[in-house]
Amino acid sequence: MLADYAPLVVLLAFAVGLGVIVMGLAHFIGPRSPSPVKDQTYESGMTAIGGAQRRVPVRYYLIATLFILFDIEVIYLYPWAADFRNLVAKQGFGALGGMAVFLGILLVGYVYVWREGALEWD
Amino acid sequence: MDAIELGIVALKCLVIVAVLLTGFAYTTFLERKVIARMQQRLGPNRAGPFGLLQPAADGVKLIFKENITPVGVDRFVYFLAPIVSMVVAIMAFAVMPVADPITVTIGGQVREIRFQLADFNVALLYVLGITSLAVYGLVLAGWASNNKFALIGGLRSAAQMVSYELAMGVALVSVVLVVGSLSMNDIVDWQVAKGLPLIVLQPVAFGIYAITAIAETNRAPFDFPEAEQELVAGYHTEYTGMRFALFFMAEYINMITVSGLAATLFLGGHHLPFVERFTGNLPWFVDIGVFLAKVILALFLFIWIRATIPRLRYDRLMAFGWKVLLPISLANLALTAVVIAFLAR
Repeated sequence: MLADYAPLVVLLAFAVGLGVIVMGLAHFIGPRSPSPVKDQTYESGMTAIGGAQRRVPVRYYLIATLFILFDIEVIYLYPWAADFRNLVAKQGFGALGGMAVFLGILLVGYVYVWREGALEWD
Repeated sequence: MDAIELGIVALKCLVIVAVLLTGFAYTTFLERKVIARMQQRLGPNRAGPFGLLQPAADGVKLIFKENITPVGVDRFVYFLAPIVSMVVAIMAFAVMPVADPITVTIGGQVREIRFQLADFNVALLYVLGITSLAVYGLVLAGWASNNKFALIGGLRSAAQMVSYELAMGVALVSVVLVVGSLSMNDIVDWQVAKGLPLIVLQPVAFGIYAITAIAETNRAPFDFPEAEQELVAGYHTEYTGMRFALFFMAEYINMITVSGLAATLFLGGHHLPFVERFTGNLPWFVDIGVFLAKVILALFLFIWIRATIPRLRYDRLMAFGWKVLLPISLANLALTAVVIAFLAR
């Protein structure tokens, strides 16, 4: 079983190798003549005011949290979907009902999130 | 795994990397040519016949460019981000089946050679997982650059990609429901056995996949991370020369991967499901041609859409993902499950 995944390690080595070679090429071949003005942060020709690693609008965190919640639910769907025909053969419509309850709970959460305005951008 | 098998795996990796890089180079060329034609221009036509050497000229130019590392960047993350982007893009292609396996005799032993690097039963889940890692490259680049444009570009891309990934994940569950397997080969074989590509049975899932695939690869009309009128160049504003080229590579390789995935999941992969009823199974080199043709067709659609549709507004984009695509894909999933339950009972 685990041997099925072994080729991925080889490809990973190739990909990382390629990335490092390209970055190395860029480092050693390109000319270099730094100057204080050239090395400034680019802000369309203006002198940059303050750094950029500052606080981030909270709505991005909200989207990230919602994503984690919903994406975990989606992951639970995959094993159920892959085995769905067997489940139907064994349990009849019970296979459908179980997931309907699960998705129903998900849907209540989704409606709540929508009504609270978490999906609005401004 | 013995030495010969390891050699075969290494050879396959080499071929994948080489083909993806060539594919990347000529996708940029195709894009410039097609968009030029659609805008009544000629496009690149100076380097070589029909401008065919243009990608090589671009590559050489980028290598000899000066690399500027601006003040205030987080150096480690700044150099790491383009590598992460590109590695993730290449890794996703590992499970794509490109042709039927062939048998050859090496050193007196009969071996089966698959035109696929790795074949395991959760391949679809692997592709989804790997492609969602692509967010890291963009966010890290945006954050490490110490540039406000880059930061906003990185944040936007993170929000956009995770939002559309949800709809994509749910849409692909419908495919898994129909086929009953997550393995790429099983999905292709199922379509050949039934004699129809899944796009016929799951047109809604295909539509949602196509839209979310464009959003996941940050292509127009969803190219917010690098919306030039608002954000200069977004997350790669502070990257020059080959470092920028790595992001560029990642974007185009991702396009090739999602096109390949669309071909495999919805269009019958390297087979022609309906035609092969009459012709029988086609030989492996035709398989490769069929797969390539499907991928190029999908890439052409990408380019066509970019030349046609203007960029959305950012709040509309998020609303579209959460309030339109997600409910539609859930409804499609429910409908598919009910129909299959009735048929299978």
